[in-house]
Amino acid sequence: MPHKTFLAFIWPSLLAMILFIALPIVSVGYQSLFIEHEQILIESETCGPFGCDTEVSVDAAAMAELREAQPAGRFTGLGTYTNASHLAFDEIGEIFATSENFGEIRNRIMNLPFYKALIFTLAYTFIVTPLVIILGFAIALVVNSIPRLLKGPVIFFSLLPMLVTPLVGSLVLYWMIDSRGIIGAALQALFSDPTLSLKASPTLTWITLFVYGVWHSAPFAFVVFYAGLQTVPQDTLESAMVDGASRWERVRFVIVPYLMPLATFIALMQLMDNFRVFEPIIGFSAAASATSLSYLIYNDLRASESPLFGSAAATSLLTILGVIILLLPVLRRNWREFNRKT
Amino acid sequence: MSNLRDKKPPSLVALSTGFVLVWLVIAAFPFLWTMWGSFKVEADFFSRADWMNAITGPVTERQHGSPFTGAGYEGAWVEQEFWRAVVNTAIVTFSVVVISLTLGTLGGYALARSGFKYTFWLLMAALVFRAMPHVTLVSGYLLPFFQLNIWGYLPTTIIVLVAINQPFTLWMLHSFFLSIPKDLDEAAMVDGCTRFQAFRLAIIPVMWPGVVTTGLFSFLLAYNDFTVTSMLLTQENATMIPKINSFLGSTQEEGKVMYAVAAVVSAIVPLFVLILFFQRQIVSGLTAGAVKG
Repeated sequence: MPHKTFLAFIWPSLLAMILFIALPIVSVGYQSLFIEHEQILIESETCGPFGCDTEVSVDAAAMAELREAQPAGRFTGLGTYTNASHLAFDEIGEIFATSENFGEIRNRIMNLPFYKALIFTLAYTFIVTPLVIILGFAIALVVNSIPRLLKGPVIFFSLLPMLVTPLVGSLVLYWMIDSRGIIGAALQALFSDPTLSLKASPTLTWITLFVYGVWHSAPFAFVVFYAGLQTVPQDTLESAMVDGASRWERVRFVIVPYLMPLATFIALMQLMDNFRVFEPIIGFSAAASATSLSYLIYNDLRASESPLFGSAAATSLLTILGVIILLLPVLRRNWREFNRKT
Repeated sequence: MSNLRDKKPPSLVALSTGFVLVWLVIAAFPFLWTMWGSFKVEADFFSRADWMNAITGPVTERQHGSPFTGAGYEGAWVEQEFWRAVVNTAIVTFSVVVISLTLGTLGGYALARSGFKYTFWLLMAALVFRAMPHVTLVSGYLLPFFQLNIWGYLPTTIIVLVAINQPFTLWMLHSFFLSIPKDLDEAAMVDGCTRFQAFRLAIIPVMWPGVVTTGLFSFLLAYNDFTVTSMLLTQENATMIPKINSFLGSTQEEGKVMYAVAAVVSAIVPLFVLILFFQRQIVSGLTAGAVKG
């Protein structure tokens, strides 16, 4: 296909991607170099019968004018990246200098908002992803062995947790784990501890979110593995059987290696999706004990008075950096394959 | 002989049946429970006394004269104007699906038929774009949108969702078009069609299965989106998911939480119907990316 025809076909979607994905990234980079204007304060004196009071207030008119003139705010360079709510170099240095043991270092780092979010995001990504693959594989193996008639309904119900909106899915679970909900009450009865609440402790909240993540994504792994199982070569399975392989050995040495490429695919998709974990934190109202990078950005943009564009942009850029690091192995592999082909 | 050896020991059959049942309960029970509970009052759904109350509904019966009540739905749809959000969602999802499929088929077709090196780079860029957390993009939109005064309107959100959806649509349709033999459009072009005529007359008639599958996922993206819609729309223009989130702020009041429950169930039901009718396409779509990976 000549270049011109190619362009004629692809320009609308290329334009959409450039305007609304590539440019915003540039815009984020630009905004991250600025911070909000300082507030312009005016003193006004109100004199009553008991003497005069001076009152300090924000000059709204002057602020509006300043924002009009410089919408992005004041230039700070990389100041936003290094301040306490992002990479916090000074604080980290101080923590390492003054803390006595590893536990203290960890606790103090967990108090820095950016690192707290980063650690949760990474923990979520790298705990949920393998569990999803294992659980999905187990479900696929078992569903593959049940009578054909039952497979349809089982797949129907299995798809639900994945396709339902993350916020809605997490709300449904959140209401059930409420101490007055069925799971919450059941847990209280099980451990005979009437004060037990999954929302109270950070550890339990983290576990709840992980469980939600596995519940939400396992169907995806299940469906992909299930489709893969239909294509496992029967000859290989039969010859393994003739050679005396037990049921477990057949799974271990025939099916698992055959499905390995699918596992890589699921892992890639899951890494991308889990790294942006966000809705469950809102659905479970878990922000107090678990925040993710996406949540930090959302929170900055939702700041009550005026959105903290600079801070949100800096976190965004750091997140994008994280995504690229996460994808590097995949991109490298694709590049090598492409070079081999040409 | 192999059949004989393949016969499962009863213990394994029992184990796997049990596993499937447990999984079914884990996957489906929360939804069924919430659907059932949405017809109760709060004192039953969140019962301090006995969890059986959520099933039998004694308080609901005392308050409304029957174990089922539509009070939650009435409150959400009429009093809190949830219907407005439903209309907005319908507009947004319909437009997003139509526009992104139109752009995606054209682009995907071009990517599948052009053998030049830049197609690889475009596809890789699309992969990286696909991985971008949506909220990072939103933080790039807000300030320019405020400046241009286009923040808060449905068309803006629709275009943004279309763009965010493009990388995925392109990948999916690209791999689908690869499976349609090249001979088809080349034959049409030998017969004197231009490239576009070949696309319109030879490709469009055979492309519907791939388009339906891709359309389903575009629908899900637009329908399920919370990040973009909650940040880019005003209160009046809110779609269902941000609207549900805004209910949560006001749930301290007695009974209001049932509005949110009713709204959540209202948002789940269309997905139920969707899976019911398109289960085969969804499954094939999920695996389409894997097969070539």
